[in-house]
Amino acid sequence: MSRRPPRNRLALAAAVVIGAAVGLALLAPWLPLIDPDAVDTPNRLKPPGTAGHLLGTDEFGRDMLARLVWGARVSLLAGVGTATASMLIGVLLGLHAGYWGGRVDTVVMRLTDILMAFPYILLAIAIVAGLGPGLTNAMVAIAIVGFPLYARLVRGVVLSLREREFVEAARALGSSDRVILRRHLLPHLLAPVVVAFSLDVGAKILATAGLSFLGLGTQPPTADWGSMLATARTFVILRPHVALLPGLAIFLVVLALNVLGDALQDLLDPRLRHG
Amino acid sequence: MSRYLLRRLLLLVPVLLGVSVVVFLVLHLAPGDPAEIMLGPQATQEDVSRLRADLGLDEPLPLQYVRWMAHVLQGDLGRSIRMRQPVLGEVLIRFRATLLLTVTALLLSTVGGITLGVLSAARPHSLVDRLSTVGSIFGASMPSFWLGLVLMVCFSLWLGWLPASGMYGAHGGGGLMDLLSHLALPAITLAAASMTIIARLTRSTMLDILRQDFVRTARAKGLVERGVVLRHALRNALIPTVTVVGVQAGYLLGGAIFTETVFAWPGVGTLMVQGILARDFPLVQGCVLVIALVFVLFNLAVDLLYAILDPRIRYE
Repeated sequence: MSRRPPRNRLALAAAVVIGAAVGLALLAPWLPLIDPDAVDTPNRLKPPGTAGHLLGTDEFGRDMLARLVWGARVSLLAGVGTATASMLIGVLLGLHAGYWGGRVDTVVMRLTDILMAFPYILLAIAIVAGLGPGLTNAMVAIAIVGFPLYARLVRGVVLSLREREFVEAARALGSSDRVILRRHLLPHLLAPVVVAFSLDVGAKILATAGLSFLGLGTQPPTADWGSMLATARTFVILRPHVALLPGLAIFLVVLALNVLGDALQDLLDPRLRHG
Repeated sequence: MSRYLLRRLLLLVPVLLGVSVVVFLVLHLAPGDPAEIMLGPQATQEDVSRLRADLGLDEPLPLQYVRWMAHVLQGDLGRSIRMRQPVLGEVLIRFRATLLLTVTALLLSTVGGITLGVLSAARPHSLVDRLSTVGSIFGASMPSFWLGLVLMVCFSLWLGWLPASGMYGAHGGGGLMDLLSHLALPAITLAAASMTIIARLTRSTMLDILRQDFVRTARAKGLVERGVVLRHALRNALIPTVTVVGVQAGYLLGGAIFTETVFAWPGVGTLMVQGILARDFPLVQGCVLVIALVFVLFNLAVDLLYAILDPRIRYE
């Protein structure tokens, strides 16, 4: 009987955490939870374990458990949504920059240079400053600052592929550029892009939670983990649980995503296997 | 070296131009009239017209940019709508606090990260190594603003060792010890994630170097292990570490915004967030421009340091 290696067990635990978070977020409307926005001021800042409020209440007496579960919907969707948007923009630009080279490449690379000349979060904040605070604007900002990562990754892979024999063969057989890009180059990008994406979702959850924490993302009374932390800051001395719980939720989900991303990297790219 | 420096400075020009365009466009991203957005719904038509004229918003966009740039190059970043003060003065006052926090965090993360990395590499799979590995996974997943709150709860609320917020205490006297006690928690919060990254990189580079022939020679000629690790291996491991320290310096500058917000540290990050919530565009532009400029200069300094440490780079 062989024991499962520790790394795999860790990845399995991570998958369970992510599965639980996604499951709870999806099933939130059907779970027997109190309305997350229902204000109950006589019962404000109750500690965890209070009757009727398993995880206590916040500064307005709203149920923490309900807000954490409903907040998961916003936080997870924001993370996956922004990472997907960044990936789509980045892959498209990187693919064309790498394949066509010349002026297209110069324009795309200079654009990424300029975006990367800012600290990542500062640029997102600057864009939100222009667009105005709000979850959608925060997501747009984070998607914009996130695409250079994918564009550079994909460009690098395409540059190394475009002179290879199979591309030349496809060209010699009369395939159009569109067919070469789609049918011959795109499949090669799958592994590196999937690995980058799996590690990026966690980073994007942190970034959107960060903007919400600053008051620039989700606006009250909508619950998301970042904005819950922001309002809890004022009451942390009085009742630490209001700040500790949403932060713990972000930490656990991002940790699980990073562990799973690492495992995926090992699986898809054995050359990078950790020593 | 001077040719490399010149080339590196020339490369800076398009980046700085790009940065200035992005910062300028912040004002024009929102749909609608920036003057109306800044003054809010209660503003009279006269106020809006006056602000439009002040900011030159009636002119074509390229002309607005050229005028804005001309002012910026003379050190005039405009006047804050909210504070009715020149932006540059206000930003520079606040920037000192941000720089103090960032540099302290950078020192902490570099010294701590290299020490942890060397200890882990010298004894792989030891307790320190395992703790450092766990720390690096945690560091990448933990929101700094949450870590700050956790440290605040532990060290200010429960243990009562350190102050929870601000830069000086109301009755602290404003001396160095008062400042250091206020700086401790924000600096540790900001440094934590970078420290784990620097530790991981130092560990892996050191492990590679410790396997090389010159290290075996050093051991074979009878040097004590401490000398081999510190004098022979660490020196060579420092080159990639310098690069990652430089990258981390930039991240710390950006990440300081969260730490400042948690600990009410009076830096440029909190000023910028206040500016955004008040729709004070000149103030926000000033904050973003100053931070981005320092970030670019940080990167330049790292590149130059890298070229000094590794002569091959200059001749590429």
